[in-house]
Amino acid sequence: MTDTATTTLTKKDFVSDQEVRWCPGCGDYAILAAMQKYMADSGADPANTVFVSGIGCSSRFPYYMNTYGFHTIHGRAPAVATGVKVANPDLSVWIVTGDGDALSIGGNHLAHILRRNLNVNILLFNNEIYGLTKGQYSPTSPVGTKKKSTPLGSVDRPFNPIAFALGCNATFVARSVDTDAKHLTRILAAADAHQGTSFIEILQNCVIFNKDFYNKVVDRSVRADMTVDLVPGEKIVYGADKDKGLRFTASGLDTCGVDDAEVWDPSTATVSQAFAIAQLDTDPDTPKPLGIFRAVDAQIYDESVHEQVQEAVSAKGEGKIEDLVYSGDCWTVG
Amino acid sequence: MTKIETPGADLPLQQLERVVIRFAGDSGDGMQITGNQFTQTSALFGNDLATLPDFPAEIRAPAGTRPGVSGFQLQFSSKDIHTPGDEPDILVAMNPAALVVNLGDLKAGGTVVVNTGAFKANDLKKAKLDKNPLDDGTLDGYRVIPVDINARVLDALVDSPLKTKEKSRCKNFYTLGLMYWLYSRPLEPTITWLHEKFKKRPELVDANVIALKAGFNAGDIRELFQGQYEVPKTDELPAGTYRNMMGNDAIAMGLVAGAKMAGLTPVLGSYPITPASTILESLASYKHFGVVTMQMEDEIAAICAAIGASFSGSLGITSTSGPGMALKTEAMGLAISAEYPLVIINIQRAGPSTGMPTKVEQSDLLQAVFGRNGDAPVPVISCSRPSDAFQLTIDACRIAVQYMTPVILLSDNFIANGAEPWCLPDIESFKPFPVVFKTDPEGHQTFARNEKGARAWVKPGTPKMEFRIGGLEKDVEGNVSYDAANHQAMTNYRHNKVAAVAESIPTPELDGPDSGDLLILGWGSTVGILTQAVETAREDGVSVSRMHLTHIWPFPKGLDEIFSKFKAIMVPEMNMGQLTRILRGEMPQHNFIPFTKVTGQPFLTTEVVAKIKNVLEG
Repeated sequence: MTDTATTTLTKKDFVSDQEVRWCPGCGDYAILAAMQKYMADSGADPANTVFVSGIGCSSRFPYYMNTYGFHTIHGRAPAVATGVKVANPDLSVWIVTGDGDALSIGGNHLAHILRRNLNVNILLFNNEIYGLTKGQYSPTSPVGTKKKSTPLGSVDRPFNPIAFALGCNATFVARSVDTDAKHLTRILAAADAHQGTSFIEILQNCVIFNKDFYNKVVDRSVRADMTVDLVPGEKIVYGADKDKGLRFTASGLDTCGVDDAEVWDPSTATVSQAFAIAQLDTDPDTPKPLGIFRAVDAQIYDESVHEQVQEAVSAKGEGKIEDLVYSGDCWTVG
Repeated sequence: MTKIETPGADLPLQQLERVVIRFAGDSGDGMQITGNQFTQTSALFGNDLATLPDFPAEIRAPAGTRPGVSGFQLQFSSKDIHTPGDEPDILVAMNPAALVVNLGDLKAGGTVVVNTGAFKANDLKKAKLDKNPLDDGTLDGYRVIPVDINARVLDALVDSPLKTKEKSRCKNFYTLGLMYWLYSRPLEPTITWLHEKFKKRPELVDANVIALKAGFNAGDIRELFQGQYEVPKTDELPAGTYRNMMGNDAIAMGLVAGAKMAGLTPVLGSYPITPASTILESLASYKHFGVVTMQMEDEIAAICAAIGASFSGSLGITSTSGPGMALKTEAMGLAISAEYPLVIINIQRAGPSTGMPTKVEQSDLLQAVFGRNGDAPVPVISCSRPSDAFQLTIDACRIAVQYMTPVILLSDNFIANGAEPWCLPDIESFKPFPVVFKTDPEGHQTFARNEKGARAWVKPGTPKMEFRIGGLEKDVEGNVSYDAANHQAMTNYRHNKVAAVAESIPTPELDGPDSGDLLILGWGSTVGILTQAVETAREDGVSVSRMHLTHIWPFPKGLDEIFSKFKAIMVPEMNMGQLTRILRGEMPQHNFIPFTKVTGQPFLTTEVVAKIKNVLEG
């Protein structure tokens, strides 16, 4: 970027001229505002930034960012983003998706982008409901969810998005909440800094079809006791007075006092500790973990693809069409 | 081994104009390699040729069974030929199943070379035969050359360090040697190939070369045949440099060339599928040409990754076959709506559903032209033969970037795996079509159009040009719009843009008189058979003209005028009449007569000639 390199951009420089069409009170507004502010504060270049999305309420996100944006088809944003990034690895690519888009119709692509470790950032807005189709249960809705398509309650067990990502060998896995701008911004910054696929699940309120579904966890009255923030290098503690801790045991996790609490390391060789913490909230009495579950370095897909091309050019010389056509066993007539 | 150095008695050498040979064996017998080697050697020798591989979808179907039979037919000639031949002159049958599956196609009085070593009781049982066809009268009327190839190979390799099983696997090269002797072919090209193929296993090179020579010498010494044949090199091919070419390889090269002419990086997203996989494989080996390939997790991801690459300013490409096209449908709509260049290659196979993956059919035409939700037009081009696939692939790239549109390039299994001599083009003769990306934000509108109806291409990374795009309907400025008049206008723009492609494509040439009772109108891989059929009909005194379409949607200009001079237009195609339907819809004033066949096998020249006469006799 040339013109604006010497100018400091502000949040409004990342606000597009489009009228935002989410329902009043939707958690998406807070995430959008946090992102626009983060972009300005981090010195991002709008011309070099691309938001790619699938289909769903969250997938309208690119229209509202004054960057490049591609609103694609249901579930396929990771696949489109793979082409965007591989064709131009210099772009900063962000994928915005929802629980239905990413984990139902697009589950396959999510698994594979995480496996490949493409150098992009994925924001999964999880409201445990289908919003744009007006309120059917989603693959993250708890068993027994009674909605229009499940009048007697859903009978299928939900995905835990964090466990899904860890199971796919993702190199950066985190969780945040729409209403906590400070926490969300910190996670966005960590994801942006990570080289490889960064996966963030953002708990997001759907005020129309699943209002306050997460209040038993994130409401201000209970949040301190019902969430635990995983901060790399810090002890795993929670509670209003930070007086409760977690430690690893042979069988998994156990609550403990602050003194015995484990210092969190998301870069361990195996994923087992992160996986144990990710399962923590299957017990409704234990806190829901937020923060950074996993942050490890691994081979990056888009870099490796281009390294192979460069190596082939170095080894064989840059190919010319004539050499390609006039190769193999040729013979001459006349 | 027994060294055979003394030449046998002098046998007569007879000249033939053309020979059709079919190799048939178990899918593990190496018949495709044998056929390809014979083809390559004949090409280098200077014959004109055409091939028809015919193999099962299963990699190793149960050994010795009828479904496991793999065949390879080629016609080689001293004259200009157009087809792999209707009926083989000679059948090489490696086992009972191969014999009974293929015998019906053999010309009356034709020759059968049969591997008698594979006709034991158990072999007959696997082929579901109660009696031995070698002695039950099945072969009456044919000239039978019995050779115990199984035993002869082991004899020849008695000194080889290989295990018996590995020695037995050399039997296809023994067979090839035998055929090389019969048709006076040189051994050197195959020996060179073996050295390259097995360079890390010299013992396999030695064994296969010994088997090849043993087969060749057996023809000489053992007086299996009453004489030797020679098919002289052709003097009918135009002057030039040639190489033997298969369709998928030509498409892969055309993609590299087309992207180069557009000044873009070719980025392929693909998912392996028969019979298209070799395009992915070839392009993956062209990395030093700057080609980027991504083997994606499924067909949908493959086209989506290609669309993403086009969004970033590369030439997105995806290659597949019919079932994969079905999966890519929604994403094609995205590329049509967002108006991005994209080259979509469909190597058609027999359907529906999984159908017959290794057999030929042209039944994806309606899918290509119309098979999407919404009014979603795309240009459709079809290769006709390996030797026009390179140029047509380049044209697909040109149309994609000049009109900012996905283009579907059709081919089929016959073109993909068939081979013919390709007169190599002068690369300098192609006119490049370099893409100019828009970088000037002054007055820019995302869907403003040029004289071709194409919008400007802006890549991310360009300052002050940030835009949002996608599958929702947009207005000219690129904003989401549900406005009624706008949707009609944008639909019209997309329709007219694709229709305007007709301005940039040639009207096909007529073969024969420009008026008359009958025009044969073909498309795709039937070109050789239709050419031959028309020539044969004319030799019989029938006046008939022929035209072949390569650009199918939109139709080239001038067809209406040409058609109006014929009383009837017969449309032979390997489907239930798909081109006929499109023609009747577009030009209902003409008399189109469908001629269809869906057996998974190409038309026979004789079938087409008979149909021509039948139509003319009314």
